[in-house]
Amino acid sequence: MRNQFADTLYECAKENHKIAIVVADISPAGSMEKFRKEFPERFINVGVAEQSMIGICAGMALKGLQPFAYTIATFSLYRPFEFVRDDLCYQNIPVTVVGIGGGVVYSTLGGTHHCQEDVAVAGAIPNMSIIAPCDPLEAREATMYCATQKKGPVYLRLGKAGEPVLTDNAVDPWQFGKLRYIRKGKDVCILSYGIIMKKAVAIAERLEEQGKSVSICSVHTLKPLDRQGIEQVLQSHALVVVIEEHAPQGGLAPQTKQIAWDIKASCELKTFTLKDEFIHNYGNHDELLAAHGLDVEEMYQQIGQ
Amino acid sequence: MGISTVQEKAFEVAAARKRCLQYRKRILDISQTVSALHIAPAFSCLETVDLIYNGLIRDEKNRALDTFIMSKGHGCMAQYVVLESLGVLSKDDLSKYCKPDGQLGAHPDYGVPGIEASTGSLGHGLSIAVGMAYAEKIKKTGGTVYAVLSDGEVQEGSTWEALMMGSTLGVTNLVAFIDNNDFQSLGRTSETHPTFYPLLDKFRAFGWESVEVNGHNAEAMYEAVTTREAHKPMVVVCKTVKGRGVSYMENVPIWHYRAPNKEEYQQAIQELDEVYS
Repeated sequence: MRNQFADTLYECAKENHKIAIVVADISPAGSMEKFRKEFPERFINVGVAEQSMIGICAGMALKGLQPFAYTIATFSLYRPFEFVRDDLCYQNIPVTVVGIGGGVVYSTLGGTHHCQEDVAVAGAIPNMSIIAPCDPLEAREATMYCATQKKGPVYLRLGKAGEPVLTDNAVDPWQFGKLRYIRKGKDVCILSYGIIMKKAVAIAERLEEQGKSVSICSVHTLKPLDRQGIEQVLQSHALVVVIEEHAPQGGLAPQTKQIAWDIKASCELKTFTLKDEFIHNYGNHDELLAAHGLDVEEMYQQIGQ
Repeated sequence: MGISTVQEKAFEVAAARKRCLQYRKRILDISQTVSALHIAPAFSCLETVDLIYNGLIRDEKNRALDTFIMSKGHGCMAQYVVLESLGVLSKDDLSKYCKPDGQLGAHPDYGVPGIEASTGSLGHGLSIAVGMAYAEKIKKTGGTVYAVLSDGEVQEGSTWEALMMGSTLGVTNLVAFIDNNDFQSLGRTSETHPTFYPLLDKFRAFGWESVEVNGHNAEAMYEAVTTREAHKPMVVVCKTVKGRGVSYMENVPIWHYRAPNKEEYQQAIQELDEVYS
Protein backbone atom coordinates (compact mmCIF):
# COMPACT_ATOMS: atom_id res chain seq x y z
CA MET A 1 0.00 0.00 0.00
CA ARG A 2 2.92 2.29 0.87
CA ASN A 3 4.50 1.53 -2.49
CA GLN A 4 1.25 2.06 -4.34
CA PHE A 5 0.89 5.44 -2.65
CA ALA A 6 4.46 6.37 -3.64
CA ASP A 7 4.01 5.16 -7.24
CA THR A 8 0.78 7.09 -7.64
CA LEU A 9 2.08 10.26 -6.04
CA TYR A 10 5.16 10.13 -8.25
CA GLU A 11 2.97 9.82 -11.36
CA CYS A 12 0.76 12.69 -10.22
CA ALA A 13 3.79 14.84 -9.39
CA LYS A 14 5.18 14.34 -12.91
CA GLU A 15 2.06 15.99 -14.32
CA ASN A 16 1.30 18.44 -11.55
CA HIS A 17 4.20 20.57 -10.39
CA LYS A 18 2.29 21.79 -7.37
CA ILE A 19 2.48 18.43 -5.62
CA ALA A 20 5.07 18.29 -2.86
CA ILE A 21 5.80 15.85 -0.05
CA VAL A 22 7.11 16.68 3.41
CA VAL A 23 8.28 13.60 5.30
CA ALA A 24 9.48 13.18 8.86
CA ASP A 25 12.51 10.92 8.83
CA ILE A 26 10.89 7.95 7.14
CA SER A 27 12.86 5.90 4.66
CA PRO A 28 11.97 6.77 1.08
CA ALA A 29 11.42 3.30 -0.38
CA GLY A 30 10.53 2.55 -4.02
CA SER A 31 8.99 5.42 -5.94
CA MET A 32 9.47 7.79 -3.04
CA GLU A 33 13.19 7.65 -3.75
CA LYS A 34 12.46 8.39 -7.42
CA PHE A 35 10.33 11.33 -6.32
CA ARG A 36 13.18 12.61 -4.17
CA LYS A 37 15.73 12.28 -6.98
CA GLU A 38 13.63 13.69 -9.80
CA PHE A 39 11.84 16.45 -7.89
CA PRO A 40 14.28 17.33 -5.11
CA GLU A 41 12.75 20.76 -4.60
CA ARG A 42 9.38 19.23 -3.89
CA PHE A 43 10.67 16.64 -1.44
CA ILE A 44 11.42 17.88 2.08
CA ASN A 45 12.61 15.77 4.97
CA VAL A 46 12.11 17.69 8.21
CA GLY A 47 13.76 14.95 10.24
CA VAL A 48 12.21 14.26 13.62
CA ALA A 49 10.19 17.49 13.72
CA GLU A 50 6.56 16.68 13.03
CA GLN A 51 5.08 20.01 14.14
CA SER A 52 7.11 21.80 11.50
CA MET A 53 6.15 19.11 8.97
CA ILE A 54 2.50 20.15 9.33
CA GLY A 55 3.21 23.89 9.62
CA ILE A 56 5.42 23.87 6.53
CA CYS A 57 2.76 21.96 4.58
CA ALA A 58 0.25 24.62 5.67
CA GLY A 59 2.51 27.43 4.46
CA MET A 60 3.05 25.67 1.14
CA ALA A 61 -0.68 25.09 0.67
CA LEU A 62 -1.44 28.73 1.52
CA LYS A 63 0.89 29.60 -1.36
CA GLY A 64 -0.93 27.34 -3.81
CA LEU A 65 0.99 24.05 -3.59
CA GLN A 66 -0.64 20.66 -2.95
CA PRO A 67 1.46 19.16 -0.15
CA PHE A 68 1.40 15.76 1.53
CA ALA A 69 2.72 15.26 5.07
CA TYR A 70 4.02 11.75 5.44
CA THR A 71 5.16 9.61 8.32
CA ILE A 72 4.04 6.85 10.72
CA ALA A 73 0.40 7.49 11.65
CA THR A 74 0.96 8.24 15.35
CA PHE A 75 3.55 10.88 14.41
CA SER A 76 1.64 12.42 11.52
CA LEU A 77 -1.58 12.91 13.50
CA TYR A 78 -1.08 12.67 17.26
CA ARG A 79 2.29 14.30 17.78
CA PRO A 80 1.42 17.49 15.83
CA PHE A 81 -2.30 17.29 16.59
CA GLU A 82 -2.86 20.96 17.33
CA PHE A 83 -1.00 21.91 14.13
CA VAL A 84 -3.26 19.60 12.14
CA ARG A 85 -6.27 21.15 13.84
CA ASP A 86 -5.31 24.84 13.60
CA ASP A 87 -3.07 25.06 10.55
CA LEU A 88 -4.89 22.61 8.30
CA CYS A 89 -8.46 22.16 9.50
CA TYR A 90 -9.22 25.59 10.96
CA GLN A 91 -7.83 27.24 7.83
CA ASN A 92 -9.44 24.48 5.72
CA ILE A 93 -6.60 24.04 3.26
CA PRO A 94 -5.87 21.07 0.97
CA VAL A 95 -3.08 19.24 2.75
CA THR A 96 -3.09 15.44 2.96
CA VAL A 97 -1.82 14.00 6.22
CA VAL A 98 -0.67 10.47 5.42
CA GLY A 99 -0.59 8.05 8.34
CA ILE A 100 1.40 4.92 7.63
CA GLY A 101 0.46 1.91 9.72
CA GLY A 102 -2.95 3.01 10.99
CA GLY A 103 -4.28 0.53 13.57
CA VAL A 104 -1.86 -1.98 15.08
CA VAL A 105 0.14 -2.62 11.92
CA TYR A 106 3.42 -1.88 13.69
CA SER A 107 2.76 -5.01 15.70
CA THR A 108 6.24 -5.48 17.12
CA LEU A 109 6.94 -1.85 17.98
CA GLY A 110 4.63 -1.57 20.94
CA GLY A 111 1.90 0.82 21.97
CA THR A 112 3.78 4.01 21.12
CA HIS A 113 3.50 3.01 17.46
CA HIS A 114 -0.10 1.76 17.52
CA CYS A 115 -2.57 4.17 15.99
CA GLN A 116 -5.84 2.77 17.26
CA GLU A 117 -7.84 5.98 17.86
CA ASP A 118 -6.97 7.95 14.72
CA VAL A 119 -10.40 7.91 13.06
CA ALA A 120 -11.96 9.25 16.27
CA VAL A 121 -9.23 11.84 16.73
CA ALA A 122 -9.14 13.08 13.13
CA GLY A 123 -12.90 12.75 12.76
CA ALA A 124 -13.55 15.04 15.70
CA ILE A 125 -12.03 18.01 13.86
CA PRO A 126 -14.32 20.12 11.65
CA ASN A 127 -13.37 20.24 7.93
CA MET A 128 -11.24 17.09 8.13
CA SER A 129 -11.93 14.26 5.69
CA ILE A 130 -10.75 10.71 6.39
CA ILE A 131 -9.96 8.05 3.82
CA ALA A 132 -8.79 4.54 4.69
CA PRO A 133 -8.30 2.37 1.60
CA CYS A 134 -8.56 -1.39 2.02
CA ASP A 135 -6.07 -2.50 -0.63
CA PRO A 136 -3.43 -1.14 -3.02
CA LEU A 137 -6.04 -0.41 -5.72
CA GLU A 138 -8.04 1.75 -3.35
CA ALA A 139 -4.81 3.36 -2.13
CA ARG A 140 -4.19 4.43 -5.72
CA GLU A 141 -7.68 5.90 -6.12
CA ALA A 142 -7.44 7.68 -2.79
CA THR A 143 -4.02 9.13 -3.58
CA MET A 144 -5.24 10.43 -6.93
CA TYR A 145 -8.17 12.05 -5.18
CA CYS A 146 -5.93 13.69 -2.58
CA ALA A 147 -3.53 14.92 -5.27
CA THR A 148 -6.23 16.86 -7.06
CA GLN A 149 -8.87 17.88 -4.50
CA LYS A 150 -9.12 21.47 -3.31
CA LYS A 151 -11.79 20.94 -0.68
CA GLY A 152 -9.67 20.87 2.48
CA PRO A 153 -7.48 18.64 4.64
CA VAL A 154 -7.55 14.85 4.38
CA TYR A 155 -6.23 12.24 6.78
CA LEU A 156 -5.18 9.30 4.59
CA ARG A 157 -4.82 6.17 6.70
CA LEU A 158 -2.65 3.63 4.98
CA GLY A 159 -1.33 0.19 5.90
CA LYS A 160 2.26 -0.69 5.35
CA ALA A 161 3.35 -3.26 2.76
CA GLY A 162 2.24 -6.53 1.25
CA GLU A 163 -1.54 -6.02 1.43
CA PRO A 164 -3.51 -8.28 -0.98
CA VAL A 165 -5.65 -6.87 -3.79
CA LEU A 166 -9.31 -7.23 -2.77
CA THR A 167 -11.21 -4.84 -5.00
CA ASP A 168 -10.26 -5.89 -8.56
CA ASN A 169 -13.77 -7.27 -9.10
CA ALA A 170 -15.59 -4.68 -7.01
CA VAL A 171 -19.22 -4.03 -7.93
CA ASP A 172 -18.96 -0.24 -7.57
CA PRO A 173 -16.22 2.16 -8.63
CA TRP A 174 -14.26 4.07 -5.99
CA GLN A 175 -15.74 7.44 -5.29
CA PHE A 176 -14.82 9.81 -2.46
CA GLY A 177 -17.55 9.95 0.15
CA LYS A 178 -19.41 6.84 -1.12
CA LEU A 179 -19.17 3.35 0.29
CA ARG A 180 -18.71 0.72 -2.39
CA TYR A 181 -19.87 -2.85 -2.63
CA ILE A 182 -16.94 -5.04 -3.40
CA ARG A 183 -19.29 -7.98 -3.52
CA LYS A 184 -23.05 -8.00 -3.36
CA GLY A 185 -25.24 -10.55 -1.59
CA LYS A 186 -28.61 -10.64 0.11
CA ASP A 187 -28.46 -11.92 3.68
CA VAL A 188 -25.44 -10.54 5.45
CA CYS A 189 -23.43 -7.34 4.82
CA ILE A 190 -20.00 -6.76 6.26
CA LEU A 191 -18.89 -3.12 6.53
CA SER A 192 -15.20 -2.58 6.92
CA TYR A 193 -12.29 -0.35 5.85
CA GLY A 194 -8.55 -0.41 5.83
CA ILE A 195 -6.39 -3.48 5.70
CA ILE A 196 -8.49 -5.57 8.08
CA MET A 197 -10.79 -5.92 5.07
CA LYS A 198 -8.98 -9.14 4.21
CA LYS A 199 -10.52 -10.66 7.33
CA ALA A 200 -13.96 -9.49 6.22
CA VAL A 201 -13.37 -11.27 2.92
CA ALA A 202 -12.26 -14.47 4.69
CA ILE A 203 -15.33 -14.39 6.94
CA ALA A 204 -17.60 -13.76 3.95
CA GLU A 205 -16.19 -16.82 2.25
CA ARG A 206 -16.82 -18.94 5.35
CA LEU A 207 -20.41 -17.67 5.55
CA GLU A 208 -20.97 -18.37 1.88
CA GLU A 209 -19.76 -21.95 2.39
CA GLN A 210 -22.62 -22.18 4.89
CA GLY A 211 -25.07 -21.07 2.22
CA LYS A 212 -25.36 -17.39 3.17
CA SER A 213 -25.38 -14.71 0.51
CA VAL A 214 -22.92 -12.05 1.68
CA SER A 215 -22.25 -8.43 0.73
CA ILE A 216 -19.04 -6.65 1.59
CA CYS A 217 -18.78 -2.87 1.56
CA SER A 218 -15.58 -0.89 1.72
CA VAL A 219 -16.40 2.21 3.75
CA HIS A 220 -13.15 3.82 2.62
CA THR A 221 -14.34 7.35 3.35
CA LEU A 222 -14.90 7.57 7.11
CA LYS A 223 -15.58 11.29 6.97
CA PRO A 224 -17.81 12.48 5.49
CA LEU A 225 -19.49 9.15 6.16
CA ASP A 226 -21.86 7.87 3.48
CA ARG A 227 -24.89 7.92 5.71
CA GLN A 228 -27.32 7.17 2.90
CA GLY A 229 -25.23 4.21 1.78
CA ILE A 230 -25.18 2.80 5.31
CA GLU A 231 -28.94 3.31 5.67
CA GLN A 232 -29.44 1.34 2.48
CA VAL A 233 -27.18 -1.45 3.79
CA LEU A 234 -29.10 -1.60 7.07
CA GLN A 235 -32.44 -1.70 5.27
CA SER A 236 -31.53 -4.40 2.78
CA HIS A 237 -29.76 -7.04 4.91
CA ALA A 238 -31.00 -9.15 7.83
CA LEU A 239 -27.56 -9.06 9.47
CA VAL A 240 -25.01 -6.26 9.26
CA VAL A 241 -21.52 -6.76 10.65
CA VAL A 242 -18.96 -3.99 11.21
CA ILE A 243 -15.31 -5.00 11.43
CA GLU A 244 -12.80 -2.26 12.13
CA GLU A 245 -9.25 -1.99 13.30
CA HIS A 246 -9.98 0.93 15.58
CA ALA A 247 -10.95 1.70 19.16
CA PRO A 248 -14.60 1.13 20.07
CA GLN A 249 -15.21 4.90 20.27
CA GLY A 250 -15.58 7.27 17.38
CA GLY A 251 -15.10 4.89 14.48
CA LEU A 252 -17.40 3.13 12.03
CA ALA A 253 -19.04 0.77 14.53
CA PRO A 254 -20.63 3.37 16.84
CA GLN A 255 -21.59 5.56 13.89
CA THR A 256 -23.32 2.64 12.18
CA LYS A 257 -25.20 1.90 15.42
CA GLN A 258 -26.26 5.51 15.60
CA ILE A 259 -27.59 5.46 12.05
CA ALA A 260 -29.39 2.17 12.76
CA TRP A 261 -31.07 3.76 15.78
CA ASP A 262 -31.98 6.91 13.84
CA ILE A 263 -33.74 4.97 11.09
CA LYS A 264 -35.11 2.31 13.50
CA ALA A 265 -33.40 -0.42 11.49
CA SER A 266 -34.81 -3.87 12.06
CA CYS A 267 -31.69 -5.81 11.06
CA GLU A 268 -29.36 -7.45 13.50
CA LEU A 269 -26.09 -5.52 13.96
CA LYS A 270 -22.81 -6.96 15.24
CA THR A 271 -19.66 -4.93 15.64
CA PHE A 272 -16.03 -5.93 16.07
CA THR A 273 -13.41 -3.37 17.04
CA LEU A 274 -10.08 -3.18 18.80
CA LYS A 275 -10.34 -3.28 22.57
CA ASP A 276 -10.36 -0.05 24.56
CA GLU A 277 -6.98 -1.04 25.94
CA PHE A 278 -3.27 -0.63 25.44
CA ILE A 279 -2.27 -4.24 25.03
CA HIS A 280 1.30 -5.22 25.68
CA ASN A 281 1.46 -8.06 23.16
CA TYR A 282 3.96 -8.48 20.34
CA GLY A 283 3.98 -10.63 17.25
CA ASN A 284 2.83 -10.19 13.68
CA HIS A 285 -0.13 -8.02 12.67
CA ASP A 286 -2.57 -10.96 12.68
CA GLU A 287 -1.41 -11.96 16.13
CA LEU A 288 -1.95 -8.46 17.45
CA LEU A 289 -5.42 -8.34 15.93
CA ALA A 290 -6.16 -11.75 17.49
CA ALA A 291 -5.07 -10.42 20.88
CA HIS A 292 -7.69 -7.72 20.38
CA GLY A 293 -10.29 -10.36 19.56
CA LEU A 294 -10.21 -9.70 15.82
CA ASP A 295 -9.47 -13.22 14.65
CA VAL A 296 -11.33 -14.66 11.65
CA GLU A 297 -12.40 -17.83 13.43
CA GLU A 298 -13.54 -16.02 16.57
CA MET A 299 -15.50 -13.40 14.64
CA TYR A 300 -17.01 -16.06 12.39
CA GLN A 301 -18.19 -18.03 15.42
CA GLN A 302 -19.76 -14.95 16.99
CA ILE A 303 -21.47 -13.96 13.76
CA GLY A 304 -22.87 -17.47 13.38
CA GLN A 305 -24.43 -17.48 16.84
CA MET B 1 15.74 41.71 -19.41
CA GLY B 2 12.16 42.90 -18.98
CA ILE B 3 11.26 45.94 -16.99
CA SER B 4 10.61 45.02 -13.38
CA THR B 5 7.01 45.49 -12.34
CA VAL B 6 7.93 45.30 -8.66
CA GLN B 7 7.20 48.50 -6.78
CA GLU B 8 9.47 49.28 -3.87
CA LYS B 9 8.20 51.68 -1.24
CA ALA B 10 9.89 54.84 -0.07
CA PHE B 11 9.96 54.73 3.71
CA GLU B 12 9.95 58.02 5.57
CA VAL B 13 10.68 57.84 9.26
CA ALA B 14 8.85 61.04 10.22
CA ALA B 15 5.69 59.89 8.46
CA ALA B 16 5.98 56.48 10.13
CA ARG B 17 6.19 58.15 13.53
CA LYS B 18 3.01 60.10 12.83
CA ARG B 19 1.22 56.98 11.68
CA CYS B 20 2.25 55.09 14.81
CA LEU B 21 0.81 57.85 17.00
CA GLN B 22 -2.47 57.64 15.12
CA TYR B 23 -2.51 53.83 15.37
CA ARG B 24 -2.06 54.01 19.12
CA LYS B 25 -4.90 56.50 19.45
CA ARG B 26 -7.10 54.38 17.22
CA ILE B 27 -6.49 51.29 19.36
CA LEU B 28 -7.27 53.27 22.49
CA ASP B 29 -10.49 54.52 20.87
CA ILE B 30 -11.55 50.96 20.16
CA SER B 31 -10.73 50.03 23.76
CA GLN B 32 -13.51 52.40 24.85
CA THR B 33 -16.12 50.31 23.05
CA VAL B 34 -14.78 46.76 23.48
CA SER B 35 -12.72 45.61 26.43
CA ALA B 36 -11.53 42.35 24.84
CA LEU B 37 -8.31 43.56 23.32
CA HIS B 38 -4.57 43.28 23.89
CA ILE B 39 -3.33 46.86 23.90
CA ALA B 40 0.17 46.56 25.34
CA PRO B 41 1.26 43.63 23.11
CA ALA B 42 0.10 45.67 20.09
CA PHE B 43 1.91 48.82 21.23
CA SER B 44 5.23 46.99 21.51
CA CYS B 45 5.20 45.81 17.87
CA LEU B 46 3.44 48.74 16.16
CA GLU B 47 6.60 50.26 14.66
CA THR B 48 7.60 46.83 13.33
CA VAL B 49 4.23 46.08 11.76
CA ASP B 50 4.03 49.56 10.26
CA LEU B 51 7.51 49.16 8.81
CA ILE B 52 6.64 45.81 7.26
CA TYR B 53 3.52 47.11 5.52
CA ASN B 54 4.70 50.60 4.67
CA GLY B 55 8.40 50.04 4.09
CA LEU B 56 9.11 46.44 3.22
CA ILE B 57 6.19 44.73 1.48
CA ARG B 58 6.46 45.39 -2.24
CA ASP B 59 3.63 45.39 -4.74
CA GLU B 60 3.62 43.73 -8.11
CA LYS B 61 0.83 44.35 -10.60
CA ASN B 62 -1.24 45.94 -7.83
CA ARG B 63 -0.92 42.87 -5.62
CA ALA B 64 1.37 42.40 -2.66
CA LEU B 65 4.41 40.42 -3.75
CA ASP B 66 5.46 39.82 -0.15
CA THR B 67 3.59 38.27 2.75
CA PHE B 68 3.17 39.14 6.41
CA ILE B 69 2.32 36.64 9.16
CA MET B 70 1.37 37.91 12.60
CA SER B 71 2.64 34.90 14.51
CA LYS B 72 2.00 36.60 17.85
CA GLY B 73 -1.69 36.64 17.07
CA HIS B 74 -2.61 38.52 20.24
CA GLY B 75 -0.83 41.55 18.77
CA CYS B 76 -3.35 41.65 15.91
CA MET B 77 -4.69 45.08 16.88
CA ALA B 78 -1.44 46.44 15.46
CA GLN B 79 -2.14 44.63 12.20
CA TYR B 80 -5.80 45.68 12.05
CA VAL B 81 -5.10 49.40 12.43
CA VAL B 82 -2.35 49.29 9.80
CA LEU B 83 -4.62 47.38 7.41
CA GLU B 84 -7.34 49.95 8.08
CA SER B 85 -5.02 52.82 7.23
CA LEU B 86 -4.11 51.03 4.00
CA GLY B 87 -7.78 50.58 3.11
CA VAL B 88 -7.58 46.77 3.24
CA LEU B 89 -9.92 46.73 6.24
CA SER B 90 -12.69 49.30 6.57
CA LYS B 91 -13.55 51.61 9.43
CA ASP B 92 -16.73 49.59 9.76
CA ASP B 93 -14.68 46.37 10.16
CA LEU B 94 -12.81 47.88 13.09
CA SER B 95 -15.93 49.37 14.64
CA LYS B 96 -17.36 45.85 14.69
CA TYR B 97 -14.23 44.34 16.27
CA CYS B 98 -15.26 41.42 18.52
CA LYS B 99 -18.93 42.14 17.85
CA PRO B 100 -21.41 39.48 16.70
CA ASP B 101 -21.82 41.03 13.24
CA GLY B 102 -18.10 41.72 12.71
CA GLN B 103 -15.32 39.73 11.12
CA LEU B 104 -12.40 40.72 13.36
CA GLY B 105 -11.60 38.85 16.56
CA ALA B 106 -8.87 39.05 19.16
CA HIS B 107 -6.67 36.82 16.98
CA PRO B 108 -6.24 37.09 13.20
CA ASP B 109 -8.30 34.76 11.04
CA TYR B 110 -7.34 33.51 7.59
CA GLY B 111 -9.94 34.61 5.07
CA VAL B 112 -10.29 38.13 6.50
CA PRO B 113 -8.88 40.67 4.01
CA GLY B 114 -5.15 41.08 4.59
CA ILE B 115 -4.82 38.12 6.95
CA GLU B 116 -2.60 35.45 5.42
CA ALA B 117 -2.79 32.84 8.19
CA SER B 118 -4.83 32.13 11.30
CA THR B 119 -2.76 32.57 14.42
CA GLY B 120 -3.38 32.94 18.12
CA SER B 121 -1.97 29.63 19.23
CA LEU B 122 1.70 30.45 19.73
CA GLY B 123 4.48 28.62 17.92
CA HIS B 124 2.62 28.13 14.62
CA GLY B 125 3.51 31.21 12.60
CA LEU B 126 7.15 30.53 11.93
CA SER B 127 6.63 27.05 10.45
CA ILE B 128 3.89 28.44 8.24
CA ALA B 129 6.20 31.28 7.23
CA VAL B 130 8.99 28.80 6.43
CA GLY B 131 6.57 26.78 4.25
CA MET B 132 5.39 29.94 2.50
CA ALA B 133 8.91 31.23 1.93
CA TYR B 134 9.97 27.84 0.58
CA ALA B 135 6.96 27.77 -1.79
CA GLU B 136 7.87 31.27 -3.05
CA LYS B 137 11.42 30.08 -3.55
CA ILE B 138 10.61 26.99 -5.62
CA LYS B 139 7.93 28.84 -7.56
CA LYS B 140 10.53 31.57 -8.19
CA THR B 141 8.06 34.36 -7.47
CA GLY B 142 10.63 36.58 -5.77
CA GLY B 143 8.30 36.97 -2.80
CA THR B 144 9.62 37.55 0.71
CA VAL B 145 7.81 36.49 3.87
CA TYR B 146 7.88 38.62 7.04
CA ALA B 147 6.74 37.33 10.40
CA VAL B 148 6.40 38.91 13.84
CA LEU B 149 6.83 36.58 16.82
CA SER B 150 6.63 37.32 20.51
CA ASP B 151 9.56 36.63 22.79
CA GLY B 152 7.39 34.33 24.89
CA GLU B 153 6.51 32.41 21.75
CA VAL B 154 10.15 31.51 21.35
CA GLN B 155 9.65 29.18 24.34
CA GLU B 156 7.56 26.90 22.10
CA GLY B 157 9.54 23.90 20.87
CA SER B 158 7.85 24.22 17.50
CA THR B 159 9.50 27.62 17.01
CA TRP B 160 12.86 25.86 17.20
CA GLU B 161 11.75 23.19 14.74
CA ALA B 162 10.90 26.04 12.38
CA LEU B 163 14.23 27.77 13.02
CA MET B 164 16.04 24.52 12.24
CA MET B 165 14.00 24.05 9.06
CA GLY B 166 14.39 27.67 7.95
CA SER B 167 18.14 27.33 7.78
CA THR B 168 18.04 23.76 6.41
CA LEU B 169 15.79 24.88 3.56
CA GLY B 170 17.82 28.05 3.01
CA VAL B 171 14.82 30.36 2.92
CA THR B 172 16.79 33.55 2.50
CA ASN B 173 13.49 35.25 1.62
CA LEU B 174 12.25 35.04 5.20
CA VAL B 175 12.66 37.70 7.87
CA ALA B 176 11.35 37.04 11.39
CA PHE B 177 11.03 39.89 13.87
CA ILE B 178 11.00 38.98 17.55
CA ASP B 179 9.01 41.47 19.61
CA ASN B 180 11.37 41.28 22.57
CA ASN B 181 9.34 43.25 25.13
CA ASP B 182 10.53 40.88 27.87
CA PHE B 183 7.00 40.10 29.03
CA GLN B 184 4.68 37.16 28.84
CA SER B 185 1.35 36.71 30.61
CA LEU B 186 2.82 35.82 33.97
CA GLY B 187 5.76 38.17 34.13
CA ARG B 188 9.13 38.88 32.59
CA THR B 189 10.31 36.31 30.02
CA SER B 190 13.88 36.75 31.25
CA GLU B 191 12.74 35.83 34.77
CA THR B 192 10.68 32.87 33.57
CA HIS B 193 13.77 31.41 31.88
CA PRO B 194 16.83 33.27 33.19
CA THR B 195 19.40 31.27 31.22
CA PHE B 196 17.44 31.20 27.98
CA TYR B 197 17.40 34.96 27.33
CA PRO B 198 19.01 36.90 25.66
CA LEU B 199 18.18 35.17 22.38
CA LEU B 200 20.51 36.52 19.75
CA ASP B 201 23.26 33.90 20.05
CA LYS B 202 20.67 31.09 19.93
CA PHE B 203 19.35 32.28 16.58
CA ARG B 204 22.88 32.61 15.25
CA ALA B 205 23.65 29.09 16.44
CA PHE B 206 20.65 27.85 14.46
CA GLY B 207 22.06 29.34 11.28
CA TRP B 208 20.10 32.57 10.96
CA GLU B 209 21.51 35.99 10.16
CA SER B 210 20.65 37.74 13.41
CA VAL B 211 20.71 41.30 14.65
CA GLU B 212 19.33 43.14 17.65
CA VAL B 213 17.83 46.59 17.24
CA ASN B 214 15.55 49.02 19.03
CA GLY B 215 12.11 47.88 17.93
CA HIS B 216 10.65 51.36 18.30
CA ASN B 217 13.26 52.77 15.96
CA ALA B 218 11.86 52.16 12.51
CA GLU B 219 14.96 53.47 10.79
CA ALA B 220 17.19 50.99 12.61
CA MET B 221 14.91 48.07 11.74
CA TYR B 222 14.63 49.22 8.13
CA GLU B 223 18.40 49.53 7.88
CA ALA B 224 18.92 46.07 9.41
CA VAL B 225 16.57 44.37 6.96
CA THR B 226 17.51 46.22 3.79
CA THR B 227 21.23 45.77 4.31
CA ARG B 228 21.05 42.08 5.25
CA GLU B 229 23.43 39.70 3.56
CA ALA B 230 20.54 37.37 2.66
CA HIS B 231 22.68 34.26 2.50
CA LYS B 232 20.54 32.91 5.34
CA PRO B 233 17.07 33.52 6.72
CA MET B 234 17.04 36.50 9.07
CA VAL B 235 15.95 37.16 12.64
CA VAL B 236 15.64 40.73 13.87
CA VAL B 237 15.42 40.81 17.65
CA CYS B 238 13.47 43.99 18.36
CA LYS B 239 14.05 45.35 21.83
CA THR B 240 10.70 46.84 22.71
CA VAL B 241 8.65 48.13 25.62
CA LYS B 242 5.33 46.49 26.27
CA GLY B 243 2.65 49.20 26.30
CA ARG B 244 5.06 51.66 24.73
CA GLY B 245 3.94 55.30 24.86
CA VAL B 246 1.60 55.18 27.85
CA SER B 247 3.42 55.50 31.18
CA TYR B 248 1.10 53.43 33.32
CA MET B 249 0.98 50.62 30.75
CA GLU B 250 4.68 50.29 30.12
CA ASN B 251 6.02 47.04 31.56
CA VAL B 252 2.94 46.46 33.71
CA PRO B 253 1.63 42.93 33.09
CA ILE B 254 -2.07 43.67 33.71
CA TRP B 255 -2.15 45.73 30.49
CA HIS B 256 -1.52 42.58 28.49
CA TYR B 257 -5.30 42.37 28.21
CA ARG B 258 -6.89 45.20 30.22
CA ALA B 259 -8.75 48.11 28.62
CA PRO B 260 -8.41 51.61 30.18
CA ASN B 261 -11.34 53.36 31.84
CA LYS B 262 -12.37 56.85 30.75
CA GLU B 263 -9.85 58.72 32.89
CA GLU B 264 -7.06 56.34 31.98
CA TYR B 265 -7.99 56.72 28.34
CA GLN B 266 -7.76 60.49 28.48
CA GLN B 267 -4.43 60.34 30.27
CA ALA B 268 -3.12 57.92 27.64
CA ILE B 269 -4.14 60.19 24.75
CA GLN B 270 -2.53 63.17 26.43
CA GLU B 271 0.70 61.31 27.09
CA LEU B 272 0.90 59.99 23.55
CA ASP B 273 0.58 63.52 22.18
CA GLU B 274 3.43 64.60 24.41
CA VAL B 275 5.67 61.63 23.63
CA TYR B 276 5.15 61.77 19.88
CA SER B 277 5.02 65.54 19.31
